[in-house]
Amino acid sequence: MTITIAMPSAPPGTAAVREIESGAAKISVRDFDFFYGSAQVLHGITLDIPDQQVTALIGPSGCGKTTFIRSINRMNDIIPEARAKGTITIDGRDIYAPGTDVVALRRRVGMVFQKSNPFPKSIFDNVAYGLRIGGLTDKRSLREHVEKSLIRAALWDEVKDRLDDSALALSGGQQQRLCIARALAVDPEILLMDEPASALDPTATTKIEELIWELKANYTIVIVTHNMQQAARVSDRTAFFMLGRVVEYSDTKTIFMNPKEKMTEDYVTGRFG
Amino acid sequence: MSARRRKTVSAIAEGLCAVAVILALLPLAFILFYVVKQGASALNWAFFTSMPKPVGEPGGGMGNAIVGTLILIGLAALFAVPIGCICGIHLAEYRDSRFSSVVRFAADVLNGVPSIVIGIFAYGLAVLPVKRFSAMAGGFALGLLMIPVVVRTTEELVRLVPSGLREGALALGASRSRAVFTVIVPAALPGILTGILVATARVAGETAPLLFTSFNNRFWSTNIAQPIASLTVQVFTYAISPYDDWHRQAWAGAFLLVMIILVLSIVARLAVRRLEQMNRP
Ligand SMILES: Nc1ncnc2c1ncn2[C@@H]1O[C@H](COP(=O)(O)OP(=O)(O)OP(=O)(O)O)[C@@H](O)[C@H]1O
Ligand SMILES: [Mg+2]
Repeated sequence: MTITIAMPSAPPGTAAVREIESGAAKISVRDFDFFYGSAQVLHGITLDIPDQQVTALIGPSGCGKTTFIRSINRMNDIIPEARAKGTITIDGRDIYAPGTDVVALRRRVGMVFQKSNPFPKSIFDNVAYGLRIGGLTDKRSLREHVEKSLIRAALWDEVKDRLDDSALALSGGQQQRLCIARALAVDPEILLMDEPASALDPTATTKIEELIWELKANYTIVIVTHNMQQAARVSDRTAFFMLGRVVEYSDTKTIFMNPKEKMTEDYVTGRFG
Repeated sequence: MSARRRKTVSAIAEGLCAVAVILALLPLAFILFYVVKQGASALNWAFFTSMPKPVGEPGGGMGNAIVGTLILIGLAALFAVPIGCICGIHLAEYRDSRFSSVVRFAADVLNGVPSIVIGIFAYGLAVLPVKRFSAMAGGFALGLLMIPVVVRTTEELVRLVPSGLREGALALGASRSRAVFTVIVPAALPGILTGILVATARVAGETAPLLFTSFNNRFWSTNIAQPIASLTVQVFTYAISPYDDWHRQAWAGAFLLVMIILVLSIVARLAVRRLEQMNRP
């Protein structure tokens, strides 16, 4: 049996159709405002983040990238006096709707923080944390997951003989990869990465970028980066933020080769910011 | 300011600091020295193991009082630590709620209540109704003294845990309470433990609240429903007696008390160091 679905009557090749071809919107943001107390730091953010692609957020320091990415797993909820307006939907469900199960949401939406934050526990327990929270107790299966996640985060070789050591004894870059491993272990659908490579050397950075490429087949990835080359290398789509607004959001190629806005061009070519 | 003058000022400041340190340590050294000098002659094996002798008979020891004191502080900790920790964690987690400010105020007031008043309160609540002094009543009184200290140290230390740790746990799908008990409290544990031990050491030296709660007992007893001997009350009783031998034993008891508090402090330090090895590289 075949079912024919009537497509919206947009001519082939237009933006709408490319959008659908390259992956449906996983996350839709509409008129999203964000306030810390009375200070508004995000203004009417509207964008669609496609499934199985990498979306990069770029922009000068303090423009609201972290605030925005933390809104996608409602991590800003715990900041007193902070307030969000507008909608963010994931798979069509408004995550800010009353009655949303925030704990379940965060299990689906993993996050790697700008400041790495390993728990004061052993390396193993750090990676196993989310698995245990999810109810996994079987020792062997825990070990397998931990090993797999550490391998993917390019950290396994450095720590395989000292899994019981404190995670705080790791170097800054190792801690950052540990936090990536920890987020991967629970197998989220969406992965939010806030400057995941800021403390990494070129080799580790390359490995993390390769990982992002590999993960993209199954995950939706949003990555904040200050490194233009990195944004150009790993992402399919790029959003340029400035003073809490999205100045331009488009295919990464367009943003870097042929931006519509003068400001975007100035920023990506390093003329300011 | 010339370099010469800067150096002089710095030297004077350093000198003042040194003097202050010596002034602070001097009484401690003096107390230790005096207690040891007076008590040493009565300190022997029998002091630790035997029971008090009847009036007038020389010898005997404080074996029952040593065990009694340990039982009392054990009971106090058993009562105060869970309550104090839970309150402290609550205060740190819901710092701005109305309920929290009430609890915080209550803890501060309780902290300021003289221990004799706590003793009278425990007497009215735990002795009068059953018409019997008991170790339980003593432990209750000491526990009441411990609670505010445990509450405030726990609160302080839980608050000091960086918010990034909480966020990390929440981001992995932990509920708020799960994050608190699996990440935040363990991170604060070394400090909380020190707080508990400091509070324990503090109440170990209390006499007033025990006078009419656990009272005293000349015999060997580990029954917590009965009156029980304690080092502090025993020292007090012996010190105001007219007998020289009892005076010596009072000094020995005082020496032992100081030692118990010292050991508790050292244990606290060691425990903290061990835990911190996990927490910090
Ligand atoms: N907890 C907070 N309370 C109040 N203001 C905040 C808070 N966090 C961020 N801000 C403000 O919100 C604005 C956006 O900050 P945000 O951290 O989102 O920027 P960013 O784009 O991630 O910057 P960077 O590239 O430096 O990480 C800044 O002006 C910042 O001062
Ligand atoms: Mg940021």
